[in-house]
Amino acid sequence: MIRIFIADDETPARERLRELLQDIAAEVPSTVAGEARNGIEALERLPASGAQVLLLDIRMPGMDGLELARHLANLENAPAVVFVTAHDKHAIEAFELNALDYLLKPVRAARLAAALKKAAGAGAPRRESLARAAAAPREYLSVAERHRIVLVPVRDILFLRAEQKYVTVRTREREHLIEESLVALEREFCGPQATHPFVRIHRNCLVARAGIRGFERTGGGDEEAHWQVVLDGLAERLPVSRRQWPAVRELVADRP
Amino acid sequence: MPSIRQTAYPDVLPDFRNLAVMARVLVGVNALALAGALYATPSLPAGLERFVYAAAFLEPLLLVELMVLFAATGVLARLPYWAGCAAVVALVSMLAALYHLGVRTVAADAVPSLGRTLALTLVAAGVLLAYFYLHTKAFSPALAEARLQALQARIRPHFLFNSLNAVLALIRRDPKRAERSLEDLADLFRTLMADARQFVRLADEIALLERYADIEQLRLGERLRITWELDASPSDALLPPMVLQPLLENAVYHGVEPGTGTGDVLVRIERRGDRVHASIENPHLEAGGQRAGNRMALDNIRERLALFFDAEARLETHIANGRYRVHIEIPYRRA
Repeated sequence: MIRIFIADDETPARERLRELLQDIAAEVPSTVAGEARNGIEALERLPASGAQVLLLDIRMPGMDGLELARHLANLENAPAVVFVTAHDKHAIEAFELNALDYLLKPVRAARLAAALKKAAGAGAPRRESLARAAAAPREYLSVAERHRIVLVPVRDILFLRAEQKYVTVRTREREHLIEESLVALEREFCGPQATHPFVRIHRNCLVARAGIRGFERTGGGDEEAHWQVVLDGLAERLPVSRRQWPAVRELVADRP
Repeated sequence: MPSIRQTAYPDVLPDFRNLAVMARVLVGVNALALAGALYATPSLPAGLERFVYAAAFLEPLLLVELMVLFAATGVLARLPYWAGCAAVVALVSMLAALYHLGVRTVAADAVPSLGRTLALTLVAAGVLLAYFYLHTKAFSPALAEARLQALQARIRPHFLFNSLNAVLALIRRDPKRAERSLEDLADLFRTLMADARQFVRLADEIALLERYADIEQLRLGERLRITWELDASPSDALLPPMVLQPLLENAVYHGVEPGTGTGDVLVRIERRGDRVHASIENPHLEAGGQRAGNRMALDNIRERLALFFDAEARLETHIANGRYRVHIEIPYRRA
Protein backbone atom coordinates (compact mmCIF):
# COMPACT_ATOMS: atom_id res chain seq x y z
CA MET A 1 0.00 0.00 0.00
CA ILE A 2 1.65 3.19 -1.13
CA ARG A 3 0.73 6.28 0.86
CA ILE A 4 0.19 9.10 -1.58
CA PHE A 5 -0.11 12.85 -1.10
CA ILE A 6 -1.72 15.00 -3.81
CA ALA A 7 -0.84 18.68 -4.17
CA ASP A 8 -2.70 20.59 -6.90
CA ASP A 9 -4.51 23.91 -6.81
CA GLU A 10 -7.38 22.76 -9.03
CA THR A 11 -10.08 20.67 -7.37
CA PRO A 12 -11.00 18.69 -10.51
CA ALA A 13 -7.35 17.82 -11.07
CA ARG A 14 -7.10 16.32 -7.57
CA GLU A 15 -10.34 14.44 -8.12
CA ARG A 16 -9.06 13.05 -11.38
CA LEU A 17 -5.89 11.73 -9.74
CA ARG A 18 -7.93 10.06 -6.99
CA GLU A 19 -10.11 8.40 -9.62
CA LEU A 20 -7.10 7.14 -11.50
CA LEU A 21 -5.51 5.80 -8.31
CA GLN A 22 -8.66 3.77 -7.70
CA ASP A 23 -8.60 2.51 -11.27
CA ILE A 24 -5.10 1.15 -10.91
CA ALA A 25 -5.58 -0.11 -7.35
CA ALA A 26 -5.37 -3.75 -8.45
CA GLU A 27 -2.00 -3.18 -10.03
CA VAL A 28 -0.60 -0.61 -7.60
CA PRO A 29 -2.47 -0.60 -4.27
CA SER A 30 -2.42 2.84 -2.77
CA THR A 31 -4.18 5.14 -0.35
CA VAL A 32 -4.45 8.92 -0.41
CA ALA A 33 -2.77 10.10 2.77
CA GLY A 34 -3.44 13.80 2.25
CA GLU A 35 -4.16 16.62 -0.14
CA ALA A 36 -3.24 20.26 -0.44
CA ARG A 37 -4.19 23.19 -2.68
CA ASN A 38 -0.86 25.01 -2.65
CA GLY A 39 2.76 24.64 -1.66
CA ILE A 40 2.48 26.16 1.80
CA GLU A 41 -0.49 24.02 2.72
CA ALA A 42 1.32 20.94 1.43
CA LEU A 43 4.36 21.64 3.60
CA GLU A 44 2.14 22.00 6.64
CA ARG A 45 0.29 18.75 6.05
CA LEU A 46 2.95 16.51 4.56
CA PRO A 47 4.99 15.66 7.66
CA ALA A 48 2.00 14.25 9.56
CA SER A 49 0.66 12.36 6.54
CA GLY A 50 3.48 9.84 6.37
CA ALA A 51 3.21 9.96 2.59
CA GLN A 52 5.72 7.96 0.56
CA VAL A 53 4.97 9.52 -2.78
CA LEU A 54 3.99 13.11 -3.52
CA LEU A 55 2.08 13.86 -6.72
CA LEU A 56 2.99 17.48 -7.18
CA ASP A 57 1.54 20.08 -9.54
CA ILE A 58 4.09 22.66 -10.67
CA ARG A 59 2.02 25.79 -11.15
CA MET A 60 0.42 26.52 -7.81
CA PRO A 61 -0.28 29.84 -6.10
CA GLY A 62 1.67 30.83 -3.00
CA MET A 63 4.55 28.45 -3.59
CA ASP A 64 5.09 26.48 -6.76
CA GLY A 65 5.78 22.77 -6.91
CA LEU A 66 9.47 23.05 -7.64
CA GLU A 67 10.15 25.20 -4.63
CA LEU A 68 8.03 22.95 -2.43
CA ALA A 69 10.09 19.95 -3.52
CA ARG A 70 13.27 21.77 -2.54
CA HIS A 71 12.04 22.30 1.01
CA LEU A 72 11.18 18.62 1.43
CA ALA A 73 14.84 17.75 1.84
CA ASN A 74 14.50 19.01 5.41
CA LEU A 75 12.00 16.32 6.31
CA GLU A 76 12.95 13.01 7.80
CA ASN A 77 11.40 10.35 5.56
CA ALA A 78 10.78 12.83 2.79
CA PRO A 79 8.49 11.37 0.13
CA ALA A 80 9.52 10.61 -3.43
CA VAL A 81 8.22 13.26 -5.82
CA VAL A 82 6.39 12.82 -9.12
CA PHE A 83 5.74 16.17 -10.75
CA VAL A 84 2.46 16.60 -12.62
CA THR A 85 2.17 19.37 -15.16
CA ALA A 86 -0.17 20.46 -17.94
CA HIS A 87 2.79 21.52 -20.03
CA ASP A 88 5.49 23.70 -18.69
CA LYS A 89 8.10 23.64 -21.41
CA HIS A 90 11.03 24.85 -19.35
CA ALA A 91 10.22 22.68 -16.37
CA ILE A 92 9.95 19.58 -18.54
CA GLU A 93 13.31 20.22 -20.14
CA ALA A 94 14.81 20.69 -16.70
CA PHE A 95 13.22 17.46 -15.43
CA GLU A 96 14.61 15.50 -18.34
CA LEU A 97 18.02 16.99 -17.78
CA ASN A 98 18.05 16.20 -14.07
CA ALA A 99 16.33 12.82 -14.19
CA LEU A 100 13.30 13.93 -12.21
CA ASP A 101 10.02 12.06 -12.67
CA TYR A 102 7.04 13.82 -14.15
CA LEU A 103 3.62 13.12 -15.62
CA LEU A 104 1.71 15.17 -18.17
CA LYS A 105 -1.88 16.26 -17.60
CA PRO A 106 -4.27 14.78 -18.50
CA VAL A 107 -2.58 11.83 -16.82
CA ARG A 108 -3.03 8.32 -18.22
CA ALA A 109 -3.68 5.47 -15.79
CA ALA A 110 -0.86 3.31 -17.21
CA ARG A 111 1.67 6.13 -16.90
CA LEU A 112 0.59 6.86 -13.35
CA ALA A 113 0.99 3.20 -12.39
CA ALA A 114 4.46 3.04 -13.88
CA ALA A 115 5.52 6.26 -12.17
CA LEU A 116 4.26 5.06 -8.79
CA LYS A 117 6.07 1.75 -9.05
CA LYS A 118 9.26 3.53 -9.88
CA ALA A 119 8.85 6.16 -7.18
CA ALA A 120 7.80 3.84 -4.37
CA GLY A 121 11.33 2.86 -3.54
CA ALA A 122 13.11 5.94 -4.74
CA GLY A 123 13.02 8.34 -1.80
CA ALA A 124 13.25 12.10 -2.09
CA PRO A 125 14.86 13.61 -5.17
CA ARG A 126 18.34 14.98 -4.73
CA ARG A 127 18.56 18.56 -3.60
CA GLU A 128 21.10 19.44 -6.27
CA SER A 129 18.96 18.10 -9.11
CA LEU A 130 16.03 20.16 -7.89
CA ALA A 131 18.14 23.28 -7.51
CA ARG A 132 19.36 22.89 -11.08
CA ALA A 133 15.84 22.25 -12.38
CA ALA A 134 14.37 25.31 -10.68
CA ALA A 135 14.31 28.36 -12.93
CA ALA A 136 13.94 30.92 -10.16
CA PRO A 137 15.44 31.42 -6.71
CA ARG A 138 13.29 30.26 -3.80
CA GLU A 139 10.89 32.64 -2.09
CA TYR A 140 11.56 30.93 1.27
CA LEU A 141 14.35 29.22 3.10
CA SER A 142 13.26 26.29 5.21
CA VAL A 143 14.35 25.22 8.64
CA ALA A 144 13.74 21.77 10.02
CA GLU A 145 12.11 21.97 13.44
CA ARG A 146 11.26 18.66 15.03
CA HIS A 147 8.37 17.33 12.96
CA ARG A 148 7.68 20.34 10.86
CA ILE A 149 9.24 22.73 8.43
CA VAL A 150 9.47 26.41 9.28
CA LEU A 151 9.53 28.72 6.29
CA VAL A 152 11.48 31.96 6.43
CA PRO A 153 10.50 34.38 3.63
CA VAL A 154 13.62 35.45 1.76
CA ARG A 155 12.38 39.06 1.71
CA ASP A 156 12.51 39.11 5.54
CA ILE A 157 16.11 37.97 5.72
CA LEU A 158 18.72 40.61 6.53
CA PHE A 159 21.83 38.50 6.21
CA LEU A 160 23.17 34.96 5.80
CA ARG A 161 26.40 34.14 7.61
CA ALA A 162 28.39 30.96 7.42
CA GLU A 163 29.30 29.53 10.82
CA GLN A 164 31.30 26.35 11.22
CA LYS A 165 28.79 23.77 10.05
CA TYR A 166 25.71 25.86 9.48
CA VAL A 167 24.54 29.06 7.93
CA THR A 168 22.86 31.58 10.21
CA VAL A 169 19.74 33.14 8.73
CA ARG A 170 19.07 36.49 10.40
CA THR A 171 15.72 38.24 10.18
CA ARG A 172 14.79 41.35 12.16
CA GLU A 173 13.09 39.21 14.81
CA ARG A 174 15.25 36.13 15.20
CA GLU A 175 17.85 33.85 13.76
CA HIS A 176 17.70 30.34 12.35
CA LEU A 177 20.30 27.77 11.43
CA ILE A 178 20.17 25.99 8.11
CA GLU A 179 22.34 23.27 6.62
CA GLU A 180 23.16 24.73 3.25
CA SER A 181 26.35 25.98 1.72
CA LEU A 182 26.93 29.70 1.47
CA VAL A 183 28.37 29.21 -2.01
CA ALA A 184 25.13 27.63 -3.24
CA LEU A 185 23.10 30.35 -1.51
CA GLU A 186 25.23 33.00 -3.17
CA ARG A 187 24.66 31.40 -6.56
CA GLU A 188 20.92 31.43 -5.93
CA PHE A 189 20.38 34.83 -4.31
CA CYS A 190 23.11 37.10 -5.65
CA GLY A 191 22.29 36.48 -9.31
CA PRO A 192 20.35 38.73 -11.65
CA GLN A 193 17.19 36.57 -11.28
CA ALA A 194 16.82 37.19 -7.56
CA THR A 195 13.74 39.22 -6.65
CA HIS A 196 15.27 40.07 -3.25
CA PRO A 197 18.94 40.25 -4.17
CA PHE A 198 21.81 39.75 -1.77
CA VAL A 199 25.41 40.89 -1.98
CA ARG A 200 28.54 39.24 -0.61
CA ILE A 201 30.27 41.57 1.84
CA HIS A 202 32.75 39.12 3.31
CA ARG A 203 34.03 35.63 2.73
CA ASN A 204 31.43 34.34 5.18
CA CYS A 205 28.53 36.71 4.77
CA LEU A 206 25.75 37.66 2.30
CA VAL A 207 23.63 40.75 3.02
CA ALA A 208 20.20 41.64 1.63
CA ARG A 209 20.65 44.71 -0.52
CA ALA A 210 17.29 46.13 0.52
CA GLY A 211 18.29 45.90 4.21
CA ILE A 212 21.46 47.98 3.94
CA ARG A 213 20.95 51.35 5.62
CA GLY A 214 24.49 52.62 5.20
CA PHE A 215 28.17 52.14 6.01
CA GLU A 216 30.36 53.14 8.94
CA ARG A 217 34.10 53.51 9.00
CA THR A 218 35.85 52.10 12.05
CA GLY A 219 39.31 51.50 13.34
CA GLY A 220 42.10 53.93 12.66
CA GLY A 221 45.22 54.32 14.80
CA ASP A 222 47.18 51.07 14.92
CA GLU A 223 44.33 49.07 13.57
CA GLU A 224 43.69 49.29 9.88
CA ALA A 225 40.49 51.15 9.06
CA HIS A 226 37.64 49.22 7.49
CA TRP A 227 33.98 49.59 6.64
CA GLN A 228 30.96 48.08 8.35
CA VAL A 229 27.44 47.59 7.08
CA VAL A 230 24.65 49.23 9.07
CA LEU A 231 21.46 47.24 8.74
CA ASP A 232 17.85 48.31 8.96
CA GLY A 233 16.55 47.77 12.50
CA LEU A 234 19.57 45.82 13.75
CA ALA A 235 22.23 46.99 16.18
CA GLU A 236 24.79 44.49 14.97
CA ARG A 237 27.36 45.81 12.46
CA LEU A 238 28.80 43.52 9.82
CA PRO A 239 32.37 43.97 8.60
CA VAL A 240 32.97 44.40 4.89
CA SER A 241 36.17 42.77 3.75
CA ARG A 242 38.65 44.96 1.92
CA ARG A 243 38.39 42.72 -1.07
CA GLN A 244 34.58 43.05 -1.34
CA TRP A 245 34.37 46.75 -0.52
CA PRO A 246 34.63 48.20 -4.06
CA ALA A 247 31.96 45.81 -5.42
CA VAL A 248 29.64 46.40 -2.45
CA ARG A 249 29.93 50.17 -2.71
CA GLU A 250 29.15 50.07 -6.41
CA LEU A 251 26.16 47.77 -6.07
CA VAL A 252 24.62 49.80 -3.32
CA ALA A 253 25.30 53.07 -5.13
CA ASP A 254 23.19 52.10 -8.12
CA ARG A 255 20.39 50.74 -5.99
CA PRO A 256 17.09 52.21 -7.25
CA MET B 1 -12.47 26.94 -45.43
CA PRO B 2 -10.57 29.89 -44.00
CA SER B 3 -7.13 28.80 -42.96
CA ILE B 4 -5.43 30.04 -39.83
CA ARG B 5 -2.50 31.39 -41.76
CA GLN B 6 -4.67 33.41 -44.05
CA THR B 7 -3.18 36.88 -44.14
CA ALA B 8 -4.75 38.45 -47.24
CA TYR B 9 -7.63 40.61 -46.16
CA PRO B 10 -9.91 42.19 -48.76
CA ASP B 11 -9.72 45.94 -49.15
CA VAL B 12 -12.50 48.01 -47.65
CA LEU B 13 -13.60 51.59 -48.16
CA PRO B 14 -13.10 53.94 -45.21
CA ASP B 15 -16.08 54.35 -42.90
CA PHE B 16 -17.33 57.81 -43.80
CA ARG B 17 -19.35 57.99 -40.59
CA ASN B 18 -16.16 57.97 -38.56
CA LEU B 19 -15.16 61.42 -37.27
CA ALA B 20 -11.47 60.69 -37.70
CA VAL B 21 -12.04 59.73 -41.34
CA MET B 22 -13.95 62.96 -41.95
CA ALA B 23 -11.20 64.96 -40.31
CA ARG B 24 -8.61 63.30 -42.53
CA VAL B 25 -10.68 64.10 -45.62
CA LEU B 26 -11.08 67.76 -44.63
CA VAL B 27 -7.42 68.22 -43.85
CA GLY B 28 -6.34 66.30 -46.95
CA VAL B 29 -8.44 68.27 -49.44
CA ASN B 30 -7.49 71.61 -47.91
CA ALA B 31 -3.82 70.68 -47.91
CA LEU B 32 -4.07 69.84 -51.60
CA ALA B 33 -5.84 73.12 -52.31
CA LEU B 34 -3.19 75.03 -50.36
CA ALA B 35 -0.38 73.29 -52.21
CA GLY B 36 -2.06 74.08 -55.51
CA ALA B 37 -2.55 77.73 -54.58
CA LEU B 38 1.06 78.15 -53.45
CA TYR B 39 2.33 76.48 -56.58
CA ALA B 40 0.27 78.71 -58.88
CA THR B 41 1.30 82.02 -57.33
CA PRO B 42 4.68 83.80 -57.15
CA SER B 43 4.72 84.72 -53.41
CA LEU B 44 3.54 83.32 -50.11
CA PRO B 45 1.00 86.12 -49.32
CA ALA B 46 -0.41 85.85 -52.81
CA GLY B 47 -0.64 82.10 -52.44
CA LEU B 48 -2.46 82.37 -49.13
CA GLU B 49 -4.86 84.89 -50.56
CA ARG B 50 -5.54 82.57 -53.47
CA PHE B 51 -6.09 79.71 -51.07
CA VAL B 52 -8.58 81.67 -48.94
CA TYR B 53 -10.41 82.60 -52.08
CA ALA B 54 -10.45 79.01 -53.29
CA ALA B 55 -11.48 77.73 -49.86
CA ALA B 56 -14.55 79.94 -49.85
CA PHE B 57 -15.64 78.08 -52.95
CA LEU B 58 -14.37 74.69 -51.84
CA GLU B 59 -15.55 74.32 -48.26
CA PRO B 60 -19.33 74.21 -48.84
CA LEU B 61 -18.82 71.63 -51.59
CA LEU B 62 -16.61 69.52 -49.36
CA LEU B 63 -19.14 69.56 -46.53
CA VAL B 64 -21.97 68.57 -48.84
CA GLU B 65 -19.86 65.74 -50.24
CA LEU B 66 -19.04 64.49 -46.75
CA MET B 67 -22.72 64.54 -45.84
CA VAL B 68 -23.65 62.56 -48.92
CA LEU B 69 -20.88 60.04 -48.28
CA PHE B 70 -21.98 59.80 -44.66
CA ALA B 71 -25.48 58.91 -45.82
CA ALA B 72 -24.27 56.54 -48.55
CA THR B 73 -21.59 54.72 -46.58
CA GLY B 74 -23.89 51.78 -45.82
CA VAL B 75 -24.62 51.21 -49.50
CA LEU B 76 -21.01 51.82 -50.54
CA ALA B 77 -19.68 49.31 -48.02
CA ARG B 78 -21.76 46.57 -49.68
CA LEU B 79 -20.13 47.10 -53.08
CA PRO B 80 -16.91 45.33 -54.06
CA TYR B 81 -13.92 47.50 -53.22
CA TRP B 82 -13.10 48.77 -56.71
CA ALA B 83 -16.76 49.37 -57.55
CA GLY B 84 -17.02 51.25 -54.27
CA CYS B 85 -14.06 53.45 -55.18
CA ALA B 86 -15.57 54.14 -58.60
CA ALA B 87 -18.90 54.99 -56.97
CA VAL B 88 -17.20 57.40 -54.54
CA VAL B 89 -15.35 59.13 -57.37
CA ALA B 90 -18.49 59.32 -59.51
CA LEU B 91 -20.52 60.63 -56.59
CA VAL B 92 -18.12 63.41 -55.64
CA SER B 93 -17.52 64.39 -59.30
CA MET B 94 -21.25 64.65 -59.88
CA LEU B 95 -21.70 66.75 -56.76
CA ALA B 96 -18.79 68.97 -57.80
CA ALA B 97 -20.29 69.52 -61.24
CA LEU B 98 -23.74 70.31 -59.85
CA TYR B 99 -22.25 72.64 -57.25
CA HIS B 100 -20.14 74.33 -59.90
CA LEU B 101 -23.14 74.93 -62.15
CA GLY B 102 -25.20 76.11 -59.19
CA VAL B 103 -22.63 78.65 -58.04
CA ARG B 104 -22.10 79.89 -61.58
CA THR B 105 -25.71 80.90 -61.93
CA VAL B 106 -25.43 83.29 -58.95
CA ALA B 107 -21.80 84.46 -59.27
CA ALA B 108 -20.47 83.66 -62.69
CA ASP B 109 -17.07 85.31 -62.28
CA ALA B 110 -16.37 83.91 -58.82
CA VAL B 111 -15.80 80.32 -59.94
CA PRO B 112 -12.95 78.57 -61.67
CA SER B 113 -13.67 76.68 -64.86
CA LEU B 114 -15.68 73.44 -64.67
CA GLY B 115 -12.64 71.51 -65.87
CA ARG B 116 -10.48 72.76 -63.00
CA THR B 117 -13.13 72.01 -60.41
CA LEU B 118 -13.49 68.45 -61.69
CA ALA B 119 -9.74 67.96 -61.96
CA LEU B 120 -9.16 69.02 -58.35
CA THR B 121 -12.04 66.81 -57.22
CA LEU B 122 -10.65 63.78 -59.05
CA VAL B 123 -7.11 64.33 -57.78
CA ALA B 124 -8.32 64.82 -54.20
CA ALA B 125 -10.56 61.74 -54.33
CA GLY B 126 -7.77 59.64 -55.82
CA VAL B 127 -5.12 60.76 -53.35
CA LEU B 128 -7.40 60.25 -50.35
CA LEU B 129 -8.62 56.82 -51.45
CA ALA B 130 -5.01 55.78 -51.97
CA TYR B 131 -4.16 57.14 -48.54
CA PHE B 132 -6.95 55.18 -46.82
CA TYR B 133 -6.00 52.08 -48.79
CA LEU B 134 -2.42 52.25 -47.52
CA HIS B 135 -3.54 53.17 -44.03
CA THR B 136 -5.65 49.99 -43.83
CA LYS B 137 -2.82 47.91 -45.29
CA ALA B 138 -0.48 49.23 -42.65
CA PHE B 139 -2.80 48.06 -39.87
CA SER B 140 -4.07 44.78 -41.28
CA PRO B 141 -1.15 42.62 -40.12
CA ALA B 142 -2.63 43.21 -36.67
CA LEU B 143 -5.63 41.12 -37.68
CA ALA B 144 -3.62 38.14 -38.76
CA GLU B 145 -1.52 38.53 -35.67
CA ALA B 146 -4.59 38.70 -33.47
CA ARG B 147 -5.81 35.34 -34.65
CA LEU B 148 -2.44 33.79 -34.24
CA GLN B 149 -1.97 35.28 -30.82
CA ALA B 150 -5.46 34.39 -29.70
CA LEU B 151 -4.99 30.90 -31.03
CA GLN B 152 -1.73 30.57 -29.19
CA ALA B 153 -3.34 31.91 -26.06
CA ARG B 154 -6.29 29.53 -26.31
CA ILE B 155 -4.02 26.68 -27.13
CA ARG B 156 -1.88 28.04 -24.33
CA PRO B 157 -1.16 24.52 -23.14
CA HIS B 158 -1.84 25.64 -19.65
CA PHE B 159 -5.45 26.45 -20.49
CA LEU B 160 -6.12 23.65 -22.96
CA PHE B 161 -4.71 20.74 -20.99
CA ASN B 162 -5.98 21.90 -17.65
CA SER B 163 -9.46 22.36 -19.13
CA LEU B 164 -9.39 18.91 -20.70
CA ASN B 165 -8.19 17.51 -17.42
CA ALA B 166 -11.05 19.20 -15.57
CA VAL B 167 -13.56 17.80 -18.04
CA LEU B 168 -12.08 14.31 -17.62
CA ALA B 169 -12.60 14.62 -13.90
CA LEU B 170 -16.25 15.48 -14.52
CA ILE B 171 -17.16 12.72 -16.93
CA ARG B 172 -18.00 10.10 -14.31
CA ARG B 173 -19.47 12.33 -11.65
CA ASP B 174 -21.46 14.77 -13.76
CA PRO B 175 -21.64 13.67 -17.41
CA LYS B 176 -24.12 16.44 -18.32
CA ARG B 177 -21.82 19.18 -17.10
CA ALA B 178 -18.89 17.50 -18.85
CA GLU B 179 -20.81 17.55 -22.12
CA ARG B 180 -21.60 21.22 -21.70
CA SER B 181 -17.98 22.05 -20.98
CA LEU B 182 -16.82 20.32 -24.13
CA GLU B 183 -19.43 22.27 -26.10
CA ASP B 184 -18.16 25.48 -24.52
CA LEU B 185 -14.61 24.58 -25.51
CA ALA B 186 -15.77 23.86 -29.06
CA ASP B 187 -17.48 27.25 -29.25
CA LEU B 188 -14.37 29.01 -28.03
CA PHE B 189 -12.28 27.35 -30.69
CA ARG B 190 -14.86 28.01 -33.38
CA THR B 191 -14.80 31.73 -32.68
CA LEU B 192 -11.08 31.62 -32.74
CA MET B 193 -10.95 30.13 -36.19
CA ALA B 194 -13.63 32.51 -37.44
CA ASP B 195 -13.03 35.59 -39.51
CA ALA B 196 -11.38 38.38 -37.55
CA ARG B 197 -12.38 41.01 -40.11
CA GLN B 198 -16.08 41.01 -39.42
CA PHE B 199 -17.78 42.97 -36.70
CA VAL B 200 -19.62 40.84 -34.16
CA ARG B 201 -22.64 41.69 -32.05
CA LEU B 202 -21.89 42.53 -28.45
CA ALA B 203 -24.49 39.95 -27.36
CA ASP B 204 -22.48 37.22 -29.11
CA GLU B 205 -19.22 38.40 -27.62
CA ILE B 206 -20.81 38.36 -24.17
CA ALA B 207 -22.11 34.83 -24.74
CA LEU B 208 -18.55 33.83 -25.57
CA LEU B 209 -17.29 35.48 -22.39
CA GLU B 210 -19.78 33.45 -20.39
CA ARG B 211 -18.74 30.17 -22.03
CA TYR B 212 -15.14 30.93 -21.29
CA ALA B 213 -16.00 31.89 -17.72
CA ASP B 214 -17.86 28.58 -17.23
CA ILE B 215 -14.79 26.60 -18.19
CA GLU B 216 -12.54 28.58 -15.88
CA GLN B 217 -15.11 28.30 -13.11
CA LEU B 218 -15.04 24.54 -13.47
CA ARG B 219 -11.29 24.53 -13.02
CA LEU B 220 -10.94 27.15 -10.34
CA GLY B 221 -14.19 26.72 -8.41
CA GLU B 222 -14.65 29.17 -5.57
CA ARG B 223 -11.28 30.78 -6.24
CA LEU B 224 -12.81 32.64 -9.18
CA ARG B 225 -15.71 35.01 -8.55
CA ILE B 226 -16.91 36.98 -11.55
CA THR B 227 -19.37 39.82 -11.15
CA TRP B 228 -21.22 40.73 -14.32
CA GLU B 229 -22.62 44.24 -14.71
CA LEU B 230 -24.29 44.02 -18.06
CA ASP B 231 -27.73 45.56 -17.47
CA ALA B 232 -26.90 48.67 -19.47
CA SER B 233 -24.99 46.85 -22.18
CA PRO B 234 -26.36 47.42 -25.69
CA SER B 235 -26.65 43.90 -27.06
CA ASP B 236 -26.93 45.16 -30.66
CA ALA B 237 -23.66 47.12 -30.57
CA LEU B 238 -20.97 46.05 -33.01
CA LEU B 239 -17.34 45.47 -32.12
CA PRO B 240 -14.35 43.62 -33.53
CA PRO B 241 -14.22 39.97 -32.46
CA MET B 242 -11.93 38.69 -29.72
CA VAL B 243 -11.54 42.00 -27.98
CA LEU B 244 -13.17 41.22 -24.65
CA GLN B 245 -12.39 37.54 -24.23
CA PRO B 246 -8.59 37.92 -24.21
CA LEU B 247 -9.00 40.62 -21.57
CA LEU B 248 -11.03 38.32 -19.34
CA GLU B 249 -8.50 35.57 -19.91
CA ASN B 250 -5.69 37.88 -18.84
CA ALA B 251 -7.65 38.84 -15.75
CA VAL B 252 -7.96 35.20 -14.72
CA TYR B 253 -4.43 34.24 -15.68
CA HIS B 254 -2.67 37.14 -13.97
CA GLY B 255 -5.16 38.21 -11.33
CA VAL B 256 -6.77 35.03 -10.01
CA GLU B 257 -4.68 31.93 -10.65
CA PRO B 258 -1.49 33.13 -8.93
CA GLY B 259 -3.47 34.06 -5.79
CA THR B 260 -4.26 31.72 -2.91
CA GLY B 261 -7.56 33.32 -1.95
CA THR B 262 -10.68 34.22 -3.88
CA GLY B 263 -10.09 36.44 -6.87
CA ASP B 264 -12.84 38.93 -7.66
CA VAL B 265 -13.18 39.81 -11.32
CA LEU B 266 -15.57 42.50 -12.46
CA VAL B 267 -16.92 42.71 -16.00
CA ARG B 268 -18.87 45.88 -16.73
CA ILE B 269 -20.26 46.82 -20.13
CA GLU B 270 -22.53 49.78 -20.64
CA ARG B 271 -23.66 52.34 -23.15
CA ARG B 272 -23.29 56.02 -22.34
CA GLY B 273 -24.78 58.16 -25.09
CA ASP B 274 -23.20 57.14 -28.36
CA ARG B 275 -20.25 55.41 -26.70
CA VAL B 276 -19.90 51.86 -25.46
CA HIS B 277 -17.73 51.39 -22.37
CA ALA B 278 -16.32 48.04 -21.30
CA SER B 279 -14.07 47.48 -18.34
CA ILE B 280 -12.58 44.40 -16.78
CA GLU B 281 -11.06 44.49 -13.31
CA ASN B 282 -9.00 41.96 -11.41
CA PRO B 283 -6.86 41.88 -8.27
CA HIS B 284 -3.38 43.22 -8.97
CA LEU B 285 -1.10 40.50 -7.64
CA GLU B 286 2.59 40.90 -7.02
CA ALA B 287 3.07 37.34 -8.21
CA GLY B 288 0.80 37.86 -11.20
CA GLY B 289 3.48 39.43 -13.33
CA GLN B 290 0.97 41.34 -15.47
CA ARG B 291 3.72 42.25 -17.86
CA ALA B 292 5.09 41.18 -21.23
CA GLY B 293 2.46 38.72 -22.44
CA ASN B 294 -0.32 40.96 -21.24
CA ARG B 295 1.11 44.02 -22.91
CA MET B 296 1.38 42.17 -26.20
CA ALA B 297 -2.28 41.25 -26.09
CA LEU B 298 -3.22 44.82 -25.19
CA ASP B 299 -1.14 46.28 -28.01
CA ASN B 300 -2.80 43.98 -30.48
CA ILE B 301 -6.30 44.87 -29.28
CA ARG B 302 -5.41 48.55 -29.42
CA GLU B 303 -4.22 48.18 -33.03
CA ARG B 304 -7.34 46.33 -34.06
CA LEU B 305 -9.58 48.92 -32.41
CA ALA B 306 -7.70 51.58 -34.38
CA LEU B 307 -8.23 49.61 -37.55
CA PHE B 308 -11.97 49.28 -36.96
CA PHE B 309 -12.71 52.64 -35.33
CA ASP B 310 -9.71 54.81 -36.19
CA ALA B 311 -9.21 57.49 -33.53
CA GLU B 312 -12.67 57.00 -32.04
CA ALA B 313 -11.69 54.04 -29.88
CA ARG B 314 -9.69 54.08 -26.65
CA LEU B 315 -8.02 51.46 -24.50
CA GLU B 316 -6.56 52.34 -21.11
CA THR B 317 -5.20 50.46 -18.13
CA HIS B 318 -5.13 51.62 -14.52
CA ILE B 319 -3.72 50.19 -11.34
CA ALA B 320 -5.36 51.55 -8.20
CA ASN B 321 -6.17 50.20 -4.74
CA GLY B 322 -4.73 46.80 -5.53
CA ARG B 323 -6.94 46.40 -8.59
CA TYR B 324 -5.86 46.17 -12.21
CA ARG B 325 -8.38 47.61 -14.65
CA VAL B 326 -8.61 47.65 -18.44
CA HIS B 327 -11.06 50.09 -19.92
CA ILE B 328 -12.22 50.14 -23.54
CA GLU B 329 -14.33 52.82 -25.14
CA ILE B 330 -15.74 52.48 -28.67
CA PRO B 331 -18.40 54.33 -30.65
CA TYR B 332 -21.85 52.81 -30.51
CA ARG B 333 -22.61 51.20 -33.89
CA ARG B 334 -25.67 49.12 -34.35
CA ALA B 335 -26.05 45.91 -36.27
